[in-house]
Amino acid sequence: MKKLTQILVLACLVMTLIVPIAQASEQLVVQGSTTVLPIAQAAAEVFMQDNSQANISVRGGGSGNGIAALIDGTCDIADASRSIKVKEVILCQKKGISPVGNIVAMDGIAVVVNTSNLIDGLKMEQIKDIYTGKINNWKELGGTDMDIVIVGRDSSSGTFETFESIVMKGARVSPAALAQGSNKTVATIVSTTKGAIGYVGLGYLNDTLKALEVNGVEVSHETVGSGKYPISRPLYMYTDGAPEGTAKQFIEFIWSAEGQKIVTEQGFVALQ
Amino acid sequence: MKKSLHLKDKIMKNVCFISSLTSIFFLTGITIILFKEGLPLFKEIGFAEFFLGKSWYPTFDPPDFGMLPLFIGSLWITFGAILIAAPFGISIAIFISEFSSPKTQIFLKSMIELLTGIPSVVFGFLGLVFLGPWLQKLLGLPVGLNSLTASLLLALMAIPTISSLSEEALFSVSRHFKEASYALGATKWETIIKVVVPAAFPGINTAIFLGIGRVIGETMTVLMVAGGAAIIPHSFLQPARPITATIALEMGETVVGSSHYHALFALACVLFILNLLLNLTANYLFVKPRRT
Repeated sequence: MKKLTQILVLACLVMTLIVPIAQASEQLVVQGSTTVLPIAQAAAEVFMQDNSQANISVRGGGSGNGIAALIDGTCDIADASRSIKVKEVILCQKKGISPVGNIVAMDGIAVVVNTSNLIDGLKMEQIKDIYTGKINNWKELGGTDMDIVIVGRDSSSGTFETFESIVMKGARVSPAALAQGSNKTVATIVSTTKGAIGYVGLGYLNDTLKALEVNGVEVSHETVGSGKYPISRPLYMYTDGAPEGTAKQFIEFIWSAEGQKIVTEQGFVALQ
Repeated sequence: MKKSLHLKDKIMKNVCFISSLTSIFFLTGITIILFKEGLPLFKEIGFAEFFLGKSWYPTFDPPDFGMLPLFIGSLWITFGAILIAAPFGISIAIFISEFSSPKTQIFLKSMIELLTGIPSVVFGFLGLVFLGPWLQKLLGLPVGLNSLTASLLLALMAIPTISSLSEEALFSVSRHFKEASYALGATKWETIIKVVVPAAFPGINTAIFLGIGRVIGETMTVLMVAGGAAIIPHSFLQPARPITATIALEMGETVVGSSHYHALFALACVLFILNLLLNLTANYLFVKPRRT
C-alpha cells in the first residue's frame, strides 16, 4: 500500500513535468490591458471551442504589464489600450523584439455624470477646465449650485492616458481628483455621488449613469466607430513581429465577422 | 530500527532548520529587491524632491515624484483609525479580562477572532456601497469616499489586534497586585484604572503599535474607500491617497524599469522602513519594562 502511494506520487510529479512540455506548441499566453481583457477572454473561449488543441490563457494586469511581458518573452500577445511608448520600443530593441500593433476594436471614452445632474452636454474645453480644477461648481456650467467631484483613473491606466492626450492636452489633472483603479469603481462612485463627473469605457455605460454629449456629439457605437465622437481610441494586440501560428489564427479570428460580433457584445465598437 | 529512528529525527530536524532559514532568506531577498529597484530613482531626482515634494504626477512630462501627500495621507488615515480603535480595543480588553464570565469571555473572544477573518476587500466593498454613501448623506458631503470612511473601516480592522493583545497584557498582571489594591479598600473600578491598566501598560502600548502597523500597511480597503486624491488632507472629510493605495493603483500599468516604476519601489521602501520602525518600537516597549 505504501509503495503504491509512492509510485502514484512519483507518477504525478513526472506528469506535471511532462504535460506542459507536451502542450507547449499550442499554448498561447495573452496578457495586458484590463480594457481589452473582456474581448480577449470571450474570444479565447469561442476560439478554444473551435480549435480543441489550442490552449489560450488570458490575463489582465494592465497595458504596461502586458508589453513588459512581451519584452520578457513571457507572453505571446500583449493587449494594450494605448499605443506602445517610445521607452518601451527602446527596451524592445535591446531585447531584439519588434513589436507590431494589431488593432482589434475601437473604444470610446464616455464622460459621465450622476443621473440627477441637469447638464446634458459639455464642450471639450469645459471638461478640461473641470479636470484641471478651474471650474469647480456645476453652477458655472448652468447646473445647480453643487461642488463638482472629479473622478478619474489612476495615472498609469490606458484609459487615463487616452483621456489625458485627447482632453487634457498637456494640462495637469487637479490633484483633488479621486483616482480610481477600474472603470467599474468610477461608475459606482459617479452613480452614487450627486456632484460627480467621471469617464469610463463605452462598455461600462448603463442606466445608473448619464453620458454627456461632447462638443454636441452623443456617444454611441456609430459615432465612436466613425470617429465623429471626439474621445475615441483603438485597442491593440501587440505581437513580436507579424503574428504567426496560433497567435495569427487567434487575431484573425477576432478580425472575422464572428470575432467582431464578440467585440460588440462586450460593449466595444467593431472595426469598420 | 533504532538507527532508522535516529535518522528520521535528524532528517526532521534538518527540514525544520531549512524551513526556518527560508523565512530569513525571503526577508533578505525582499529587502534587497526593494532597495535595488527603489534606489535608482535617486539617480534621476534628488532626495528632497522625493521626500518633500508636494505633487505626485508620475506619468506627466516632466514627471513629479513628491511623496509628501501620499505619506501624510497614510499617516492621517492611520492616526484617525487608531484614535477610534485604541479606546475601543482597550475597553473591550478590560471588559473581557475583568468583567465578563468565562462563557461570555469565550463568546466575545471568538467573535473578535471572526472579525479578523473578514477579508479586507469585504470591508472595502462595504465602505464603497454602504458606509461611504451613508456618511455622505448624513454629513452633507460632496463625496463619501474620504479619510473618515477609511479610518472608520481601518479602525474595525485594528480593533481585534489591539483588543486581543491588550487582553493578554491585562490577563498577565499578577493577581497579587489586584488583591493588594482591594486590601487597601479600592473599588473594582479604581483597581482597574489605577493598578491593572498601568501594570499592563507596556503590553497595551505594544498592542497599539502593532495595531498601527496593521493599519498603515492595509491596502485594499484604503484603495477602495479613501478616495484616491493625491492632496495633503486638511480634514478628515477630505479624500486622501495613502502610499499602499498608490502602489497598488499604479504598479500594474507602469513601464517596468521606468522612473515611475523605481519611484513606486522607493515608496515601498519608505513603507518598509516605517513598518520596521513600528515593529521595533513595539518590541522595545514590550521588552524593556520586563527587564526592570
